[in-house]
Amino acid sequence: MKLNERSVAHYATCDSPADHAGFLRKRVERHHHHGASYQRRWFILKGNLLFYFEERESREPVGLVVLEGCTVELCEAAEEFAFAIRFDDAGARAYVLVADGQAAMEAWVKALSRASFDYMRLVVKELEKQLEEACKSLAACRKSPQRSFSSSSGRKRHLSNPALQPLQEKPTTLENGYSTWSSGGYVAGGATCTDHDGGQMKPPPLPPRRRSAAGSATGSPAPGLLPAMLESPVSPETICFSKLHNWYGQEITVLRRQWQERQKRGRP
Amino acid sequence: MRYNERELLSLARQPAEKAAEIRMSVPKKGSVLKKRLVKLVVNFLFYFRTDEAEPIGALLLEHCKITKEEENIFSISFIEEPERKYCFECATEEQCQEWVEALKRASYEFLRRSLIFYRNEIQKMTGKDPLEQYGISEEARFQLGTHRQ
Repeated sequence: MKLNERSVAHYATCDSPADHAGFLRKRVERHHHHGASYQRRWFILKGNLLFYFEERESREPVGLVVLEGCTVELCEAAEEFAFAIRFDDAGARAYVLVADGQAAMEAWVKALSRASFDYMRLVVKELEKQLEEACKSLAACRKSPQRSFSSSSGRKRHLSNPALQPLQEKPTTLENGYSTWSSGGYVAGGATCTDHDGGQMKPPPLPPRRRSAAGSATGSPAPGLLPAMLESPVSPETICFSKLHNWYGQEITVLRRQWQERQKRGRP
Repeated sequence: MRYNERELLSLARQPAEKAAEIRMSVPKKGSVLKKRLVKLVVNFLFYFRTDEAEPIGALLLEHCKITKEEENIFSISFIEEPERKYCFECATEEQCQEWVEALKRASYEFLRRSLIFYRNEIQKMTGKDPLEQYGISEEARFQLGTHRQ
């Protein structure tokens, strides 16, 4: 299967924000000998893509791991601070990575667990909802200022200021990689609310929701890792972001507890 | 550059945001428009021969430009090579517009910008950071401006 590799490599090395970066040792399987060796590589996480380079200064990535549909778990490897990226597909190879220390390992596991496109989409959807609700409350409050309004003190403070700040920056022409932030002009679609000047404030429109089949879920755990507590995190029923977030949080908590217990017992 | 092709193939089999038979050409000399099954899944555009289960190819949709060309046609190009265009001829103008809209929003970077936008707006309106309750307010991916590398 072809891939636009040149463009992908360019995306890896350009100065768009990386979500995480650092050195990791990557396990290399050697079938003809027994056991494995580890190669130290520079890793960069951008969105749902994990790139690795021979050196930090390398101009081109050596490899890429597409992270959609993976699980990240602590590893039973002989190495300390090891974790693995696994995929649902039986027989798919796992990527075993070793961090420099406890903090680095936890940071990577956390970052990688939240790296999927689906997760990002859920967060954005949740925030869009919150903004819509904030706008509605604002509009309602302005219509009848005498009505008692239970809100945080922060919001009250804001509402008492008659000169609501109009939108300073909003994206126009949101083409991938070409977004221009400028004042004036609004993007169509999405939740709307009116500001003090009567102008329209329209957040960027959301991509349509992907129907995911239960079981092909992003972040579904390895079998047996987290027994009873889990339903499939991403299914038509669990579109609730807080549910999904709790689920991710639970997995990390359990993994951490397991790791700590192993530490206490002494490594077998 | 190595990559986990197996997982990408698996992704190609997932339910798509959008899928249609569209005539498509690749930026190669002498390339003509050919009917393909085009499928959008997260930030990848897969294209198949219409009778095959495995895609011919995949396009990562980051740092790309979606351009409405002449009637019923749109193109995808990448910022480091703007002359190399993947062209798509749709059945109708409406279908063309739908695909342009969908593809413009299909990148992780777009989601990130949307998130930062909403976060900012909510913070301005309510004085509160909406990400704090989820414990992710400090994460690099949600910050404005340059990130630590």
